[in-house]
Amino acid sequence: MFEMIAFYTFAFLIIASFIVVVTSNNALYSMSALASGMILISGLFFLLNADFLGVVQLIVYTGAVIALYAFAMIFFDTTKNLIEVNSKKIIFLLISFSTILLVFIMTAPIKSEAVTALHPIHQGVGNTQDIGIVLFTKYLVPFELAAVMLLVAMIGGILMAGKKMDMLVANEEIQEATK
Amino acid sequence: MELEVFIIQTLVKILVVLLIFSALAGFTTYLERKVLAFMQRRLGPMTVGPWGLLQVLADGIKLFTKEDIVPTNSIKPIFKIAPVILPATAFIAIAGVPLFPEFQAFGMTIQPIIVDSNIGVLYVLGIMAIGMFSPLLAGLSSGNKWSLLGGARTAIQLLSFEVVTGLSILAPVILIGSLNLIDINNYQIENGWLILTQPIAFVLFLIAGYAETNRTPFDLLEHESEIVSGYATEYSGMRWGLFFIGEYVNMFIVSFLTVLIFLGGFGEGTLIDGLCYLGKVLFFIFLFLWTRAAWPHIRPDQLMWLTWKVLMPLAVINVVITGLVVMF
Repeated sequence: MFEMIAFYTFAFLIIASFIVVVTSNNALYSMSALASGMILISGLFFLLNADFLGVVQLIVYTGAVIALYAFAMIFFDTTKNLIEVNSKKIIFLLISFSTILLVFIMTAPIKSEAVTALHPIHQGVGNTQDIGIVLFTKYLVPFELAAVMLLVAMIGGILMAGKKMDMLVANEEIQEATK
Repeated sequence: MELEVFIIQTLVKILVVLLIFSALAGFTTYLERKVLAFMQRRLGPMTVGPWGLLQVLADGIKLFTKEDIVPTNSIKPIFKIAPVILPATAFIAIAGVPLFPEFQAFGMTIQPIIVDSNIGVLYVLGIMAIGMFSPLLAGLSSGNKWSLLGGARTAIQLLSFEVVTGLSILAPVILIGSLNLIDINNYQIENGWLILTQPIAFVLFLIAGYAETNRTPFDLLEHESEIVSGYATEYSGMRWGLFFIGEYVNMFIVSFLTVLIFLGGFGEGTLIDGLCYLGKVLFFIFLFLWTRAAWPHIRPDQLMWLTWKVLMPLAVINVVITGLVVMF
């Protein structure tokens, strides 16, 4: 019974926060609701006994959403409302898309009985160890690919940020030399 | 029956932890003022009660009865929520910390830890990191440029120090093979204190802990001489007090974690071991205050330099070497 109460509380709060994310005109409201939604999702993981994934959700999204806040601080005055352009085309597309999604969600329980876990967790071993084993045996290639992709993104970021760095230094040196 | 006992036990534990740590947070402010005073050859608070001991009470009355001001141009709901987040996350995080070895009382064994999960360390650190939303939201919603600067500094501080915290505990965790805080404690009974095998990780974790709790030398968020009072500029009364309860509880969590992971924790779990454990924790609290008296602030650019150019490479090298040693 406690699980049920907890699940419905978390589910309701998550949906409420994400509705605020979409409907609010204020960047600060949206981002705070996004952060709370992401953090509340970890509650669902904890309910499913997936402790490790829950904590990963917490740690990753705290950092990620804070980076978003940093961007918002650069681009907007967060105490003012934004004026948004709502075109009818987008609303139409979104409604039709969410209707299809709703149909899938409602019909999912028919299929769900046939679904079994590919890698069931071992009793007595924490799920951290299980995730580690699966990640480094069966899913090693996707895992390493993701790592390489992140490395590429990082190098790209450094390159973009540092493109003019050496030029700036050179200019300063020239200026100092001419003084 | 089992379930009912469990629920009642947990509720009692939560209540006790809440009461003890709210009181301790207040008392630590008194300790802080006294320690700072003695280090600067002053007397500190002396007027209220013997040696100024009742100063905490007087401060409490002042904080509760002070007028609560919400600025006109602030975003009110978020301005009001922000100070609650820090103490809330601090108290949620402390649920995962074993506060004392298990003992017998009222005819049953009591474990003084509220949630004993397989991922103890990560849980505590993760929830503590969420606490950083509090100064960030406070800074952004106040509608004041000093607060905004404080908020911006929160973002860089968190992004810098999340990495170092994670990498610095990774090396001990590789050695132990478990994230459970009680397993970490038990590992050190047989293999000696981890500070002897992982001195670099110890120093890195401690430095990162100072940054997570916004203590000197990393209290950029409310650096008085640069940005008035940072994120807390517009706050007064109990809202301001809540930030500080959170900060002091976080200090206790960092001290508990440092002692548990690197300094043997509570060892075998006898009464004397338990008292030693609390003594070690108090030493680290004292170290926080000592650092505040002895160390100047650092600038934000020095913080970034320190994290990304010194601490992070050191942490990565430490992890690689530990991994190689464990493997061969």
